[in-house]
Amino acid sequence: MMMKLLSGDSPRSKMLSAVLLLILFGLMFAPFLFPGTRSLDTAARICIFIVLVASYDLLLGYTGVVSFAHTMFFGIGAYGTALALVNMGASYSAIVLGTVCGALVAGAFAFVIALFSLRVKAIFFAMMTLAVASAFLVLISQLSGITGGEDGLSYRIPREMTPAFKLIKEKVLGVRLNGKLITYYVVFFSSLCLFLVLLRMVNSPFGRVLQAIRENAFRAEAIGYKVVRYRSVATILSAVMAALAGSLMAIWLRYTGPATTLSMDIMVDILLMVVIGGMGSMYGAVIGAVLFLLTQSYLQDLLGILQESLGSLPVVSDVVSPERWLLWLGILFICSIYWFPKGVVGRLRGT
Amino acid sequence: MSDSLIKPRIERPPLSEVIEAKAPLFLVPVLMLIGLLAIGSGSTWLTLTAAGLAMGMMIFIMASGLTVIFGLMDVINFGHGAFISLGAFAGFTILGLLGGWIESPSIALNLGAVLLAVAFAMLVTGLAGYGFERLIVKAVYGQHLKQILVTMGGLVVTQQLIYVIWGPDEIVLARPTAFQGSFVVLGAAIEKYRVLAIAIGLALFVAMRLVLSRTRIGLLVRAGVQNGEMVEALGYPIQKLFLAVFMVGCALAGLGGVMWGLYQETITAHMGAEVMISVFIVVIIGGLGSIEGCFIGAMLVGLLTNYTGFLIPKLALVSTILLMGAVLMWRPQGLYPVVKAH
Repeated sequence: MMMKLLSGDSPRSKMLSAVLLLILFGLMFAPFLFPGTRSLDTAARICIFIVLVASYDLLLGYTGVVSFAHTMFFGIGAYGTALALVNMGASYSAIVLGTVCGALVAGAFAFVIALFSLRVKAIFFAMMTLAVASAFLVLISQLSGITGGEDGLSYRIPREMTPAFKLIKEKVLGVRLNGKLITYYVVFFSSLCLFLVLLRMVNSPFGRVLQAIRENAFRAEAIGYKVVRYRSVATILSAVMAALAGSLMAIWLRYTGPATTLSMDIMVDILLMVVIGGMGSMYGAVIGAVLFLLTQSYLQDLLGILQESLGSLPVVSDVVSPERWLLWLGILFICSIYWFPKGVVGRLRGT
Repeated sequence: MSDSLIKPRIERPPLSEVIEAKAPLFLVPVLMLIGLLAIGSGSTWLTLTAAGLAMGMMIFIMASGLTVIFGLMDVINFGHGAFISLGAFAGFTILGLLGGWIESPSIALNLGAVLLAVAFAMLVTGLAGYGFERLIVKAVYGQHLKQILVTMGGLVVTQQLIYVIWGPDEIVLARPTAFQGSFVVLGAAIEKYRVLAIAIGLALFVAMRLVLSRTRIGLLVRAGVQNGEMVEALGYPIQKLFLAVFMVGCALAGLGGVMWGLYQETITAHMGAEVMISVFIVVIIGGLGSIEGCFIGAMLVGLLTNYTGFLIPKLALVSTILLMGAVLMWRPQGLYPVVKAH
């Protein structure tokens, strides 16, 4: 049963299994284990980013294609849901319609990009997607009549999903069972399902072909697999998954703007998560997202303490200042590409 | 059968093929003409064209290093943008120190300050390029995927280091007095600084072509582009050549950074990464590794950005993407694809 759910792709290491179980239970009971708005928000972000990063890993780790347009697809999904909620009012049909439309548009965009540029070298595709995604970001910021521009869109979601709605009057384990909790579990279970679907994908015959293409595109072509077609399908699937993650983000935040969905900073974050967690393994996405988002929230506190203790030293205290957390993750990123390309997951598996 | 005599003959390529081969050369004038027709007013067009050419030249300066590095070593440096920012910050530091020179009305002092700033910026970025090549790029020659990732990581780290050294705030600095204001030509206002940018860009283009076609080093670089292994087999230290070209490319990014910074009069650690979008588009349009293509691509992007910026401001960046799409439909490898022997 368990193996079937995981599509036969077990973690293959006791340490890794333990860590993954810990993360699963942590996220499942997050509202009860870590009460408070900030930690619940971090938990929901972790769920959404696991899907986002896993869908990026389908492209980078499994197919060997570097794309910088992943946040564009994430944004398309988020804006799809947001626009539907703004224009149709707070209803479930708006959420469904917006999500479906966002996913379709993202898939269509991915198809066009793939058509244009997957026949050429990896470098070419990377540059092209970077340019297109940046242009899209600028376009969205400037079409303020539709998208709200830099300020983004704020909207209401159905009442059952807001903190104002109370399931029962009493607290359970000291936690109020309100609409926010329901939304959290919607996000959690949707993310879990999407993650399992992605796991199913990469462990299917289709996923094996993708890995063959990553290892040796020429040989895969010679065996008879149409490399361009497989790469295109992988690009489209990963775009659709990213769009769905974007919809979850739009529902959770009740706000969609360029900074939360489209910015290049998020793209760099995703890249760091995939590589540090471990390319070519869906579990890497889980580890990477958890590690990164916890670091983002809490390494700053740690660096703050470190800076205070170092105090007056001029350059050193700048280097460890809380705002420079990305510097340390960047260095970790470069080191992990050189010395442990399989990331944390590879380390835990002892390969 | 009897009249099928075999005669040796030298075929001339038909006219259509000659035109096809030279076609990219006509793109810039054609775009200018379309711009003139769309804008209507001659003086506005002249101002926009000057602005477009100046912008194109500055993008060319930044893109040329990138494209030569790619042509020779098959490396695309996604961290190139960091060197643009680094150059701008280094240059502005010198300009800040020479505040008196900048504000004085004497052109000689103004020019001296700018030249010193440029020299320092190129020195700093060249040395940083040395470190970057040794620490980050050297280990991943020939592995594209890792190159992209590692140089992206280098970009993040370098940006953060700029924050550490110069602080997180943007730096604002006025241009030297001699380069403020504008000339009036045929009723059109043309900023002085843009003329300077065009002059420097043209000089650099001519110098690069001369170095590549007339000198021994240029010969080695061109040979390396076609077949690096053969150059190595003939006993030339190709690793040293790589390193030298990489440093020069980074120094050019630094030069472009100072010029772009003076053009905007504001610099941030992210400015390099922002300009890189246009730089990538230019390099793709021109054909990876080709200097001539890069030059034409830069002019096209600069002009188109300024024309659409005037006509339909919201579509300025999108129009360059469409241009890229159109060029790739016509020539999938860019305007002047670089021929590799292997």
